[in-house]
Amino acid sequence: MAIDQETVKRVAFLSRLKIEDDKIQATEKEFNKILNWVEQLNEVNTDNVEPLVSVNESYITCREDKVTDGNQVQAVLANAPQAEYGYFVVPKVVE
Amino acid sequence: MTDITKLTIAETREGLKSKQFSATEVAKAYIQSMEDNRRYNAYVLETPEVALEQAKISEAKYQNGTQGALEGIPLGIKDLFCTKGIRTTACSHILDKFVPQYESTVTSKLLEAGVCVLGKLNMDEFAMGGSNETSYYGPVVNPWSKEKDLVAGGSSGGSAAAVAANMCAAATGTDTGGSIRQPSAFCGVTGIKPTYGRCSRYGIIAFASSLDQAGPIAKDVRDAAILLKAMSGYDAKDSTSAKVSVPDFEAFLNQDIRGLKIGIPAEYRPDGLNEEIAAYWDKGVEMLKERGAEIIDISLPHAKYALAAYYIIAPAEASSNLARYDGIRYGLRVPGQHLDDLYINTRTEGFGAEVKRRIMIGTYVLSAGYYDAYYLKAQKIRQLIRQDFVKAFEKCDAILTPTAPTAAFPIGDKSMLENPINMYLNDVFTVSVNLAGLPGLSLPIGLSKAGLPLGLQVIGKAFDEATIFKVASALEKDATFVRK
Amino acid sequence: MSEYVIETAKGKWELICGLEIHCQIISKSKMYSGASTEYGADPNEHVSFIDAGMPGMLPTLNMECVHQAVKTGLGLNAKINKYSAFARKNYFYADLPQGYQITQFQYPIVGEGKVSIDLEDGTTKDIGIERMHIEQDAGKSIHDLDPKKTFIDLNRAGVGLMEIVTKPDFRSPEEAGAFLKKLRSILRYLGTCDGNMDEGSMRCDVNVSVRPYGSDELRCRCEMKNVNSVKFVMQAIENEAKRHVEVYENGETIEQETRKFDPATGQTELLRKKEYAHDYRYFPEPDLLPLMLSDEYIEQTKKDLVELPDAKKARFVNELGLTKYDAMVICENKETADFFEKAAQGQDAKKVANWLMGDFFAMLNKKGLSIQESPISAQNLGALVGLITKNVISGKIAKDVFEIMAETGEAPEKIVEEKGLKQVTDTGAIEAIVDKVLVDNPDNVAAYRGGKQGLMGWFVGQVMKQSQGKANPAVVNELLKKKL
Repeated sequence: MAIDQETVKRVAFLSRLKIEDDKIQATEKEFNKILNWVEQLNEVNTDNVEPLVSVNESYITCREDKVTDGNQVQAVLANAPQAEYGYFVVPKVVE
Repeated sequence: MTDITKLTIAETREGLKSKQFSATEVAKAYIQSMEDNRRYNAYVLETPEVALEQAKISEAKYQNGTQGALEGIPLGIKDLFCTKGIRTTACSHILDKFVPQYESTVTSKLLEAGVCVLGKLNMDEFAMGGSNETSYYGPVVNPWSKEKDLVAGGSSGGSAAAVAANMCAAATGTDTGGSIRQPSAFCGVTGIKPTYGRCSRYGIIAFASSLDQAGPIAKDVRDAAILLKAMSGYDAKDSTSAKVSVPDFEAFLNQDIRGLKIGIPAEYRPDGLNEEIAAYWDKGVEMLKERGAEIIDISLPHAKYALAAYYIIAPAEASSNLARYDGIRYGLRVPGQHLDDLYINTRTEGFGAEVKRRIMIGTYVLSAGYYDAYYLKAQKIRQLIRQDFVKAFEKCDAILTPTAPTAAFPIGDKSMLENPINMYLNDVFTVSVNLAGLPGLSLPIGLSKAGLPLGLQVIGKAFDEATIFKVASALEKDATFVRK
Repeated sequence: MSEYVIETAKGKWELICGLEIHCQIISKSKMYSGASTEYGADPNEHVSFIDAGMPGMLPTLNMECVHQAVKTGLGLNAKINKYSAFARKNYFYADLPQGYQITQFQYPIVGEGKVSIDLEDGTTKDIGIERMHIEQDAGKSIHDLDPKKTFIDLNRAGVGLMEIVTKPDFRSPEEAGAFLKKLRSILRYLGTCDGNMDEGSMRCDVNVSVRPYGSDELRCRCEMKNVNSVKFVMQAIENEAKRHVEVYENGETIEQETRKFDPATGQTELLRKKEYAHDYRYFPEPDLLPLMLSDEYIEQTKKDLVELPDAKKARFVNELGLTKYDAMVICENKETADFFEKAAQGQDAKKVANWLMGDFFAMLNKKGLSIQESPISAQNLGALVGLITKNVISGKIAKDVFEIMAETGEAPEKIVEEKGLKQVTDTGAIEAIVDKVLVDNPDNVAAYRGGKQGLMGWFVGQVMKQSQGKANPAVVNELLKKKL
């Protein structure tokens, strides 16, 4: 499955990354190299194989419904590049 | 007077108990070493004031006999562990100036046991890399370097180098595809990646959540056992941490290994395997045989696909785990007119090339139309790899393999930098262990003709680190590797 | 019921509609963190480091959210899946701190079910439930505080949500409206969601398509997000269906797209086309292990479930003799049904229902009170009906007593006693009054006997007046007839 330049651009946007126009071709080549390499997996017949999601062989243990966290606005905002009136601030969102 | 920094944790602990030296003297000796060895670029943040303050508390505890298991032992902490009030960046530009307001579970446990923190250790950016060259703070220099500067391995390169150069008594590391074991092998130290779920991942910056595990990098096998015990245990804050008891790993050292079955996987000896490494592997087999272990030929038929499966699964998880670095709540923000511009500017400038490459590969393999062909396929291969191990462990108690296919290579190696796949091949012997969630330890077995350390890997059954320590301590005795 | 057909000069069309409803789960703490879910706190007050997507933070699962979801699933007559699993839905948005939402994808906690809806003509219809899964809510972006900035509050981030997906079973706006009312009623009965659409604790996405009447083809559908009242949902369906018909009749085609409903105009407008649709890259959440529910747990939850509106309605009709309509009105709201049941205890239930739906609702309405705030307790309303049934007071006097009860909250027996309003059924006492009236009005007696039968009413009135309304009218009538 070869990847084309359009796909490279789409994947970059989905990842919220910018690839300069003069780098797109090189990126495309590099991606195809990696993808071709991982496609060696197609040599293996995996019919009737259950995908392995987790190596843990158990199920989740739930937490009790108690308020044990929060009330720490200062700590939550301590690293914020921009914060005002207790909010995180970003440039206006337009959808 | 003896050089304190050359002592192991076990020896330092004795010295402190018998008042040969004080915790402050120990801390000062390591702080000095840290300063003297800055050329290795092992630390990205030194915290001598923190270490000295903690040492003072440790002294008081030794005075009144309330000392913890690791009281007064100075450690270096990989920069992937969030440390409350101490800058933590995962060696990425995107986490510039990030100061966590919380402590990771593993470092909390170590602090409770009495360690003092010398600083934060260099690593590949977000633990993505095998040579520490992807760090925003530049590569770590292997203390074993001869004429040319060699890599320390990765991603826990700073941890392995700092331990090798006696810049800390031991260090924490993390291992997603080999990041504890490969740098340990390159730097001639001992590191163990425990079973997935043994150590809590809470507060460790995530790379690939289903593979990441914390573990110690130490001067010898005993220190690794001491430290692993302190780092392990169930944590309700990590739903993937395991509810299993933590044995006293130290108790399994120097035990009789007669009758222990050691598996040797045929697939780990491909054509063209480095001859010196093959020879040391054979030597390791001989040592164990001499001590009465039974050597069993085993097969891990899907091992050769582990690397390709890993380079689908790990980037997929990483692409999602790294979505939170968006310039909104912490870290770097590169402004933009609209929100999407802010995201793109921040992430494009904040992440390095290898991280960006993996985010995009990961995004691609999860995207509509490709999920089944790549991600699902890789998960199925992962299942087969695990089943291989399950079958193999029906016949043996532990598996012995080389840790890495080569010794440390020069910084800036062209073939690695130009072709990412060549760099990925460093993990060829280690990744399958992560995919199967098993424990694996690397210990130095000897020096190459060029005078560089080489390591062997001991793989155990899930939650059977104890057997690994049995085997490793036997090998360590016979190898008589001389530390720096 | 009468069919809903969109008829134009060119032809007849049929509506196909399905709903997706997000319901905020009632719990003390958030789904994946221990922060409070309380509404109306200062910005970012109820935020844990997990909710803020800080590096290294891991989710844990709130047991109560699971329990609420299971209860809701049972309330929807749906299959509870013993095994369910979590998945990540990846997209960037300012109020989604992790860059992904933890939801369920392939393995939801609740499978297929059905809800019976009550239509205005008295018929019912079953609406199929496709599935229900649990996920986390996002934070809030506040756009109107500053022309150039958006403010982010994460108090809501991580609050538990249930997403209920119906089958495309709606054939009219009325059916969708009836479903939402029924769903809200079920959720409130169960106490799993407060169902307030205007406050956003229940949010509805509407999918609409049309097809030529009588055909079974499936045409392209459009989705309208976050329509926030029952009325608007019905309006959105009606107008969107009309738009589709217009487009088709103009020889054009509808494309799959997301649209926005504008409450001000009642119309929908384009938000984004399918080619701009997100690629959510769902994959299994590696931070949370799968959830396994035991048969015993599901059985026990079923046993503990409160009586739901349909069951209650049937019981009121079958056991208490209420009309279907009365039972439906009373059962829509659990508080009303509970109040009714308490009031009807040992009383004539039908009469209690009449009083409840008549004077009682009118009184609450006038005073602007909810049933919980009613000055008249359920016991007292029942007691009032009891006084009428036992002929202690007449229906007319009862209305006066009710007025006093509404003002003072006193028990009707006390009011009747204190004000001497007891109905006189003692024939002797009434006979004395009757005799007196006959003696005092010889002319009218003569006229009546002379054939003016119409005077009977006047005599009754006179007796009632002199008894101050307390005489039992039946007894008065009987005596008058005898004596005249």
